[in-house]
Amino acid sequence: MSAEGKKKPRYMAVFGGLAALTAIEVAVAFMGFERRATVLLLIGLAVYKALLVAMYFMHLKWETRSLKILAVAPLLPAAIMVIVVLMENF
Amino acid sequence: MEAEASRFEPATFQVNDKKLGMWIFLASEVMFFTGLIGAYIILRWGAASPWPVPGEVLNVPITAGNTFILICSSVTMVKAFAAIEEGNQKMLKVWLLATAFIGASFVGVQVYEYTELIHHGFLPSSGLYGSAFFTMTGFHGLHVTIGVLCILWVAMKAFRGSYSQADHQGVEIIGLYWHFVDLVWIILFTIVYLI
Repeated sequence: MSAEGKKKPRYMAVFGGLAALTAIEVAVAFMGFERRATVLLLIGLAVYKALLVAMYFMHLKWETRSLKILAVAPLLPAAIMVIVVLMENF
Repeated sequence: MEAEASRFEPATFQVNDKKLGMWIFLASEVMFFTGLIGAYIILRWGAASPWPVPGEVLNVPITAGNTFILICSSVTMVKAFAAIEEGNQKMLKVWLLATAFIGASFVGVQVYEYTELIHHGFLPSSGLYGSAFFTMTGFHGLHVTIGVLCILWVAMKAFRGSYSQADHQGVEIIGLYWHFVDLVWIILFTIVYLI
């Protein structure tokens, strides 16, 4: 962790957020919203939760810029792959 | 002190070489799981027969509980790291053992889930859905299992007094892996169970 990261992250707040979001996700899945809305909402919630874990638990928020770039780098080919596969199937 | 001398810090990243190595490994893991997710998308939307909706085959409440368990284990892991950052040896050991225990519980619930599914005739050979489900959750479960073993290893080293407030790279690195496995589950749970 770099110097400005010495302020301790509020781990329990992140934990509470993750637990609450998980409950919301399950509720959304069974709510019977329009299919496309449900899928988009669920993916949005999952990405937000993943971001919370990476930023706070994995301390990415306090890492150097170059390490952040390294961490995000695989998401580009991953996104390309998922988008191409989705386009092929729809 | 010998360890101190051998530690190489790549200038670009300004992090310890072990930490950099773990992040590069995790980058490759992202691609591994993306491959599985890509295959899942192709199988699901290319399938001739309708794909089961959430709760039809799988027990979503149990797995939602299991997701919560894994999140708890991430918290205990980060608490272990916070403990050794303050030089608290006792809490480091306590939180590491708690993490290993909770992580093993996750695997236990997954094994229970598998046996229930198999009793109901849902097997890896049960069509595209069965093979996709068991491949994705199975590979994740394998990652959790390996994580538990590694955490036990780190805990053993903690009991030997290998970590200190100044030097606790091992705790940080297994923490990165463990949180990543939690992160992957967050994505997989959504894709496999909820969508």
